[in-house]
Amino acid sequence: MKKTVAMLLALMMSAALCLAGCGGGGGERVVNVCGWGENIDPDLIEQFEEETGITVNYQTAESNETMYALIKQGGADYDVIVPSDYMIGQMIEEGMLAELDYDNIPNFSLIDDQYKNLSYDPENKYTVPYTWGTLGIIYNSSLVEEEIDSWGVLFSGKYGGQIGMIGNPRDAIGAALLYLGYSVNTTDEAEIREACQLLSSAKSQNMYQGFFMDQLYDKMEAGETTICTYYAGDFLTMYSNNPDLRYVVPKEGSNWFVDAMCVLKDAEHKEEAEAWINFICKTESCLANMDYIWYASPNREALERYPSYYEEQNGEPMDPALYEVMAAPPEVLARCEAYENLPPETLALYTDLWIELGIE
Amino acid sequence: MSAKPSRLNRVLMALVFLFLYAPIFVLIVFSFNDSQSRTVWQGFTLRWYVELLQDRAIMSALWTTLLVSLLATAIATVAGTMAAVGFFNMKKRWRGPILTVNNIPMTNADIVTGVSLCLLFVAFFAGWGDFTRWFNSLQGLVHLPTRLHMGFGTLLIAHLTFDIPYVILNVMPKLRQMDKNLIDAAQDLGCTWMQAFWKVVLPEIKPGIVSGALIAFTMSVDDFVISYFTAGSATSTLAMVVYGMTKRRISPKINAISSLLFVTVLTLLIVVNVREARQEKALEERKL
Amino acid sequence: MKNRRALFAVPYVGWLALFVVAPIVMVVLYAFSSAAGGFTLENFSRMGAYAVVFARSFKLALAATLICLLIGYPVAYMISRESQRFQRVAMMLIMLPMWMNFLLRTYSWMSILENTGLLNRLFSAIGLFRLINALTGANLEYFPMINTQGAVVLGMVYNYLPFMILPIYSVIEKMDASLLEAARDLGAGSARVFRKVILPLSLPGVLSGVTMVFVPSVSTFAISKLLGGSNELLLGDLIETQFVGTAYNPHLGSAIALVMMVVVVVCMAVMNRFGEGEEQAVML
Repeated sequence: MKKTVAMLLALMMSAALCLAGCGGGGGERVVNVCGWGENIDPDLIEQFEEETGITVNYQTAESNETMYALIKQGGADYDVIVPSDYMIGQMIEEGMLAELDYDNIPNFSLIDDQYKNLSYDPENKYTVPYTWGTLGIIYNSSLVEEEIDSWGVLFSGKYGGQIGMIGNPRDAIGAALLYLGYSVNTTDEAEIREACQLLSSAKSQNMYQGFFMDQLYDKMEAGETTICTYYAGDFLTMYSNNPDLRYVVPKEGSNWFVDAMCVLKDAEHKEEAEAWINFICKTESCLANMDYIWYASPNREALERYPSYYEEQNGEPMDPALYEVMAAPPEVLARCEAYENLPPETLALYTDLWIELGIE
Repeated sequence: MSAKPSRLNRVLMALVFLFLYAPIFVLIVFSFNDSQSRTVWQGFTLRWYVELLQDRAIMSALWTTLLVSLLATAIATVAGTMAAVGFFNMKKRWRGPILTVNNIPMTNADIVTGVSLCLLFVAFFAGWGDFTRWFNSLQGLVHLPTRLHMGFGTLLIAHLTFDIPYVILNVMPKLRQMDKNLIDAAQDLGCTWMQAFWKVVLPEIKPGIVSGALIAFTMSVDDFVISYFTAGSATSTLAMVVYGMTKRRISPKINAISSLLFVTVLTLLIVVNVREARQEKALEERKL
Repeated sequence: MKNRRALFAVPYVGWLALFVVAPIVMVVLYAFSSAAGGFTLENFSRMGAYAVVFARSFKLALAATLICLLIGYPVAYMISRESQRFQRVAMMLIMLPMWMNFLLRTYSWMSILENTGLLNRLFSAIGLFRLINALTGANLEYFPMINTQGAVVLGMVYNYLPFMILPIYSVIEKMDASLLEAARDLGAGSARVFRKVILPLSLPGVLSGVTMVFVPSVSTFAISKLLGGSNELLLGDLIETQFVGTAYNPHLGSAIALVMMVVVVVCMAVMNRFGEGEEQAVML
């Protein structure tokens, strides 16, 4: 039924569309990249364009979930996307990603083996890691007297009305699960419901200013928000604008994530996409990028060389404590857990509970 | 109406204007602020204006916004005027229901218009894919592209869809007010209908066309929601760039470009108003 | 002869069918089908859970519309009593903000209303908090204004107020001055003239103003996101989430949009019917 309607529409609309001209086409080489906000050094884009003559359309998405929705809906014509681990798992399962031709990405060999063949892509056929890091609590030490070390501050206590909760279901519910001592990958409905209950009771006690994503940069730097949950790399960006901020990976453990570059199955510019991925994997690119976005690179050489690169660029040695935030040491990683792709029933539960949380 | 302004009225009005302009004032002031902060003043700078010119995303969004608004206004003005003339000559029985449909894009919530057009485009692209694959497999001469996506074309269609009704809404009353004998007289004097239209009808309804075009352009420039759902991922209007930025932090560059736009429009309006006032004055003097 | 001229409208009628009617048909199709295809009513049966969101959205939009009316009507009326020149400048000033993108203006309110925002800074600079704290013994450091329902309503009022003023003004301005004179000559005081003549005659403007404020208010998603902190979902947020957000499900999204559309249309129809009745009563 839908198909016949669609076919009919197709015939009727083609005339109108021809008039309007549908864009696209042309002999120019283009690659459409979609990443997170403030998650790439813009100089790299220019460098790549100069080197290869390929024009980069760099677009940003707010979260893994919105990126997924845009692609599903058909509104997006990305070639390269940079989702996080659990979303990659889901996309691979749903057949949305293309297998990469690693012969076109020789710089893949520079990636540390530690970040290859991870659970979301066990045979490493679809992905090239872009950054990695941890989720943690960021707080303003000029407004908080104690040293925070537990997810507990987010759910009860004296910081009511000063907390900016993270605005995506996986991380917010994940923090509650960790506080309760459960795994972030649990599929037990009771445990997930208990975690949501924790969030909703905190919300009803007016603990939260709101559920934010990248708005937190502004709010934390200005002291508008005292405590929030966000990512290590973004903390360093905030820190460079407000040195009162502190970052902690709570004692209950946290999430350790990898964001990786993938190519969509129906990408129109696969060759250009692979050229882009290869360029980004270069040690020099990784160093420049790390210096700009403060997320740790999976390129081993780049990660090791970074402190000296920092000194070259900034004329002063890097604070080792900050380096540890960026590239979490093994003892911190030991208490962190990566997100796995959840079964569809659990994903649906997450979605429903998340909307319910917004409705209350 | 009789002029009897009291002081209290003026004060109340001033308060309303203060309310309308306070945020704009804040925006403009902070476009000169020497820091990223939105609330703390840290000295005067022009650097955001300089950086603005080098920002590819903002400049191309500005270009897209202007292009789509101008194109949509131009096409909508012609198409809307034509349609209005057609409706005017239509039997009442038909005109009523069609005008009701014509009102839908103006009265429907933007989000519904945006979402429904988005669904239509996606369905069309799917249908187009099936059709071209079948068509291409039939013969080898003409190869049609199988994959279409939302972009400038769909954005323009969406803007036309909500612009044309505004033009019609402004032209129809002028047609109704027009003395119908004028056309007959012109034709009696040997004009063809076309000539009569150009020489007689068009000048009569011109004010309606102009105000329709102006409203259409304003709507296009101000629109965010419908563009958001129909522009696809690669095409962005200025509003979409701003929305993307509100999710992280708004660069003062955006303040800078809006200040520039604001000042441009303000100057234009002042020039137009002063000229009109002068013309009126001249007219009055001549009368004396 | 006349009918041939009507042919001018044919292309546009085709356009209307394609880009106005067909999209709504698509929404209906999506609302009544599931992701797997096939007819279903499931999308509507799930709607019960969202009753709160519907109620909240209508409540806030209603509040915004009322406030717009309370501010907009007097302003439109006062402007119409000023000199021609003043009227023209005032109208220009009311239209002008629309040229600055509404997201930016809303964002600017965020800077004004935040806990550490301009307004709270101003209050603390003039010692307001010290005064209140001294008087009441409270420990107030700021007025919580951002991320509340009040802030969302303020955003709506701010953005849509011109849409209330413009239609009311244009109706009052076109009013036949001789009618008012006649009323006065017949001995009506100015309050009575207003109540018996101006108010009823301006009703069409009020109705179109109410529509133009209510419809975008009830369906907004950007304002609630910026000024409401995503704490409380509104209808617009809910629909956006289903199409490009965290809960991808265009079928459910279409169903919600459809219900919203129907409720709005019914409200408007009832209101217009009521308005027409009034008008006729006045005529009699």
